[in-house]
Amino acid sequence: MSIAKYFDDMSYGLSPESDAEARSWLARHDHSFGHFIAGAFTQPEQSFQTHEPATGKPLARLAQGTAADVDAAVAAARKAQGPWAKLPGHARARHLYALARMIQRHARLIAVVEAIDNGKPIRETRDIDVPLAARHFTHHAGWAQLQDSSFPDHVPVGVVGQIIPWNFPFLMLAWKLAPALALGNTVVLKPAEYTSLTALLFAELAAAAGLPAGVVNIVTGAGETGALIVDHPGIDKIAFTGSTDVGRQIRQRIAGSGKALTLELGGKSPFIVFDDADLDGAVEGVVDAIWFNQGQVCCAGSRLLLQEGIAEDFIRRLKRRMATLRVGSPLDKGIDMGAIVAPVQVERIRALVAQGVADGADLYQAAVDLPAEGCFYPPTLLSGVQPASVVAQEEIFGPVAVTMTFRTPDEAVQLANHARYGLSASIWSETIGLALQVAARVEAGVVWVNATNLFDAAVGFGGRKDSGFGREGGREGAFEYLKPKATIGRKMRPVAVPPVARAAMVTEFAAPAIDRTAKLFVGGKQVRPDGNYASPVLTPKGAVIAEVGEGSRKDIRNAVAAARKAEGWASATAHNRAQILYYIAENLSARAAEFAARISAMTGQPAAAATAEVEASIARLFSYGAWADKYEGRVHVPPLRGVALAMNEPVGVVGVICPPEAPLLGFISLVAPLIAMGNRVVAVPSALHPLSAMDFYSVLETSDLPDGVLNIVTGDPQQLGETLAAHADVDGIWAFGSAALSEAVERLSAGNMKRSFVDHGQLTDWADASAEGEEWLRRATEVKNIWIPYGV
Amino acid sequence: MHQNPEKPKNPAFLRGGDDLGRNAGGALDLGWVAQVRVNLSATERRVASLPGRRSVKKDAQAAWLLKALTCIDLTTLSGDDTAGRVRRLCAKAAQPLTPALQEALGMGDRRLTTGAVCVYHRFVATAVEALAGTGIPVAAVSTGFPAGLVPHDVKLREIEASVADGAAEIDIVITREHVLTGNWQALYDEMRDFRAACGAAHVKAILATGELKTLRNVAQASLVCMMAGADFIKTSTGKEAVNATPAVTLTMIRTIRDYLDRTGYRVGYKPAGGIATTKDALIQQFLMKEELGRDWLEPDLFRIGASSLLADIERQLETHVTGAYSAFNRHPIG
Repeated sequence: MSIAKYFDDMSYGLSPESDAEARSWLARHDHSFGHFIAGAFTQPEQSFQTHEPATGKPLARLAQGTAADVDAAVAAARKAQGPWAKLPGHARARHLYALARMIQRHARLIAVVEAIDNGKPIRETRDIDVPLAARHFTHHAGWAQLQDSSFPDHVPVGVVGQIIPWNFPFLMLAWKLAPALALGNTVVLKPAEYTSLTALLFAELAAAAGLPAGVVNIVTGAGETGALIVDHPGIDKIAFTGSTDVGRQIRQRIAGSGKALTLELGGKSPFIVFDDADLDGAVEGVVDAIWFNQGQVCCAGSRLLLQEGIAEDFIRRLKRRMATLRVGSPLDKGIDMGAIVAPVQVERIRALVAQGVADGADLYQAAVDLPAEGCFYPPTLLSGVQPASVVAQEEIFGPVAVTMTFRTPDEAVQLANHARYGLSASIWSETIGLALQVAARVEAGVVWVNATNLFDAAVGFGGRKDSGFGREGGREGAFEYLKPKATIGRKMRPVAVPPVARAAMVTEFAAPAIDRTAKLFVGGKQVRPDGNYASPVLTPKGAVIAEVGEGSRKDIRNAVAAARKAEGWASATAHNRAQILYYIAENLSARAAEFAARISAMTGQPAAAATAEVEASIARLFSYGAWADKYEGRVHVPPLRGVALAMNEPVGVVGVICPPEAPLLGFISLVAPLIAMGNRVVAVPSALHPLSAMDFYSVLETSDLPDGVLNIVTGDPQQLGETLAAHADVDGIWAFGSAALSEAVERLSAGNMKRSFVDHGQLTDWADASAEGEEWLRRATEVKNIWIPYGV
Repeated sequence: MHQNPEKPKNPAFLRGGDDLGRNAGGALDLGWVAQVRVNLSATERRVASLPGRRSVKKDAQAAWLLKALTCIDLTTLSGDDTAGRVRRLCAKAAQPLTPALQEALGMGDRRLTTGAVCVYHRFVATAVEALAGTGIPVAAVSTGFPAGLVPHDVKLREIEASVADGAAEIDIVITREHVLTGNWQALYDEMRDFRAACGAAHVKAILATGELKTLRNVAQASLVCMMAGADFIKTSTGKEAVNATPAVTLTMIRTIRDYLDRTGYRVGYKPAGGIATTKDALIQQFLMKEELGRDWLEPDLFRIGASSLLADIERQLETHVTGAYSAFNRHPIG
C-alpha cells in the first residue's frame, strides 16, 4: 500500500515485532527440549509436539515427563533444599535479585517467545507479563532478605510441586517460584503442555545467572505428569493454578498425605456497573476484563452486572467499543487480541456460546477481521442472560462477556455472590460509600474499585469458594510457603482406648442429684438430637457420669442452617466480639471449680491439672478477646496512585471437630479464634469427654453470644466430621483427631473447596503458647484485597 | 458508527443545524451536566495502554504524519510577533514540505497545507493577505487571550474586529472562574454570546484545561460550551502549565461523542500546547480514530495547535525517505 493510499484511508497497517531472536533460540535447541533437572537439560525420550496458536504450525518437541523423570526432579530438589534453606536470607535475596535482573535483561526475548508460544499479544507479554514477573522476583528478594525477622516462628515447607496453567505461562511461573524460592523451598515445576517454552528459557537463563542446580527443576508433560508430581511422596506441598475440576481432583488425591496445598482455580467474576459510574471508563474496564489475554484469565470480569437505568446505554457503548477492537497476529504491535491457545479451546468457547444462545441470550459479535488461519475467536457479548443459563454460571475462559441487570446495591451483591466461584470482582461507581460497601460484601479474594485486572507482587491474589484457597503475593502469600516451627516433630496421637462401661447398681436410698440432660446446642437453644438416642459418658474407670445426645447428619444440617442464619456476627464490630469473648471468660471463671471437677471426673486428671486446664481456657478466651480488635488487615502499597486494603474477613461457617484430649481447652482453642474473627461455628466436642463443651453452653447462654454463632453437636467425630466436610454450605473445617479423620475431611472438603485445617493425627500441646495466636487467626480468616486507585 | 440512529435526540437540540450541520447548540441542560462522571485512573489506564495497542510503521506512519500536518493550526502567539514573522509563517503553512520531499513520498500531486494559521488579532489582516488564494483559513485567538479576563463587551468587540479583518476561525478563551465555581449558566451565556459574535466564522472554545484541574471539570465545561454552540472545543492556550495531555484529550472527545449521540451534531477537537513531537501527535490521532472514528482525523474536525511539531514531522518524513536520520536545519524554517 502506498503512502497516498494510507493517507486516504488512514488505516493502521502492520506493525510487526521481530521474532528473529526467539526463532534463533528455538533453532539453537533444535526445536526440541528435555526437562531441566539438577541444573541441566535431560535428553528427551518420549516427546510430544507443540504448535503455534496463531498459525497452527509445529513449534517445538517437548519431553513427556515420566515417573523416572519426576523421581529425578524431586530427588534433585530434595538434595538442594537443605543447603538452599540454610543459606542466609541475604544470600537467597541476592539470588532472587539476580533472577529479577536477568528477566529484565532478557525481557524482549522472553516476551516474544511467550507471544509465539501462547498466542497472546506482544503488548501484553512485553508490557504486563514480563515486567510483573520481574517485579515478583524483586519483591520476593525482599522477603528472603527479611525472612528471619519477619517470620521467626516459621520454616520453609520443603520441596514444592508446582503446576501452572497455559494462560500466563511466564507470569504464573514467577508467581509460583518467587515466593517458594525466597522462603527457602526448592521446586519441581510443571508448565502447561501447550506453553512450556518460557519455563525452559527461564531455567536456562537462571542457571546462567548462577542459581544453584536443583533449586528449580522443570518437568514438562501433560496431565499424567502432573499427577505423578501430585502423588509423589517426596513432595511436601502442591501449589496448583488451573481449572476447578483438576484442583478438586488434586485435593482428593493428596487427602491425608500431609502435603500442604494451595489452589488458584477458576472464576466467573462479577463486573458491577452502577448508574453513577464513569460509563466510558467502565466500558474500557470491560475491555481490560474480558478481552485481556483473549478472556483466558481466571479472574476475568465475565459477568457484567449492570444497573437497570444505564444497562441499555452501557451495552450500546460497549458494542460500539467492540467494533474498534483489533484481533490479529500476536506479534503485531497494533492489536488488542491475539490467538486462543489451542483449537480445542476455540471449540469449547463455540459450544458454550451456542448453548448461551440456545438458552435465550442475545449474541453480539463485532464485525472485526479475524486472521484466516490459526486459533482466533471474536470479542463476544451475550446480553439478556438469565442467571440459570449455563453461560451465566460456567467459566467460558474465552473472550465472551455475559450481561445481567440489577436494581439495587443489595441485588447487585446478591447476584455477584450467587456463584460457586469467588475469585475477584470489579465495582464501578463514583460514590465512595457505595463502592466500598459493595467491595466489602462481595465474596471474592480480590476486588478492584473502578479498575480491573490489576496485579502486584505485594498484594495477595487468590479466591474463595470454588476458586480455591491460598494467596499468592504479599505477606499473606509468603505464609503459603512456610510452616510453623511448632508443628515440627509433633508426636502421633495415641489411639484412645475407651473405658468399658460398668453396670451401675444403686444400693443406697437417698435423693439423687437432679438429672441434668446434656442436649445439643443449636441456634442458641438446647435441643434433643434428631434421632433421640443417647450414649453414656464414662469415667476412665467406666462409671457413667452422664448421657449425651447422639448427634446425627440431621443435627449437623440443623446446626449449619442455624450458623448460616447468624451471619450478622460477621459484621458485628470487633469491639462487640471482644466484649462477648471477655464476658464468656468471666462467666466461665465464675464456674471454674465446677468445670475443673468435671474435667477430673471425665479424664481422671488430678484436680490441679484440671484446674490448670480451666484457667488456661479462661486465659485463651481473653487472648482471643484481645485479638478480636487487633488482628487487623494491612494497607499494601502496590505501584499505583492508590492503595490495596488487605482485609481479614471471616471464613464463614466453619465446622470444628475437637480433639479427644483436653476437653475444655481443646474446644476453646479451636472455637475462640474462629468466633473472634466473626465466623460461625458448628463444633463437635471430644467424643470421650464431651461434657465440658456441653456444660459450656449454659455459659454461652449467659454471655450474650448471638444465637447460632456457636452450635455444639455431640456424637461420633468421624461421622459428623465427614458430614460437615461434605456439606456444601460449610465454608471451612478444622478437624483434630485421628489421621483417618484428617484424610476423610480433606477428601470430602473438595466438594465445595472448603478450606480445611487438620492435624493428621498429630498431637498439639494445647497448653503451649503456640496453640494460640496469629497462626490460628490466619486460619480463621481470608484475606480480601480491595484495590482502590485514587484521583480526580 | 459515530451515530446511533435508534437513540432519540434531545428535542432541545432538534432545531436543525444552520450552516451545513454546524453545531447550533441548544438549551443549557443542567441535569446532563450534573450526570457527567470521569474517573481519572480509568482514563489514565486507557491512554497509557493505547500506544501499545496501536502503532503505525513505515508508509502508514508517513501517511499519518502527513495527515497530522494537514491538521496543524500553525501558530505564533508571542509578544514579539511582527508582520514579517507572520508572513514567514504563512509561507510555511502554504508549502510545509519541500516539493522534493513531497515528491519522494509519492504525494507530489497532492496539495498539502497546514489546517490554518493562528495569530493574535493584530496580525489577522496580514495573514489573510499572505494566504490569499491558498484556501488556508486564518484563526484568531480572542476574548482577552490567554487569561480571558477583559470586560465581556470588549471580548465581543475583539471577535467582531477579527471577523471583520477576515478571520474565518475564532479561538475564544472561557472564563475559568465560571467552571471553578460551577456557574454553568454564566459559562453558557458567555459562550452563546461569543458564538453569536462570530457569525459565519467558526468558533473554537479554549477551556484552559490545565487550570480546570479535574477531568470532571473539563468534561462539564466541554459539554456546556457545545450546548452553547462551539464548533470546536480546544484544550489550552499553550500558556498554562499543563496543556493537551492524552487524558484530557480522551475526556474531551468522549464528551464530543456523548454530545453527538444525543444531538446529532459533530463538534471538532483541537488539542493545543505540548504537542511537539510526532509521537505526541500520533497518540492524539490514535485517540481520535479509536474514540470518534475516521472522520475526526481530517482538518474539518481535528486540529492540532502547535508551533514546533511541523519541524519534527518534516524530519521524520525525510528519515522515512532516505533511511537516515535527519536534522532540523535541513528544512525551511516557519
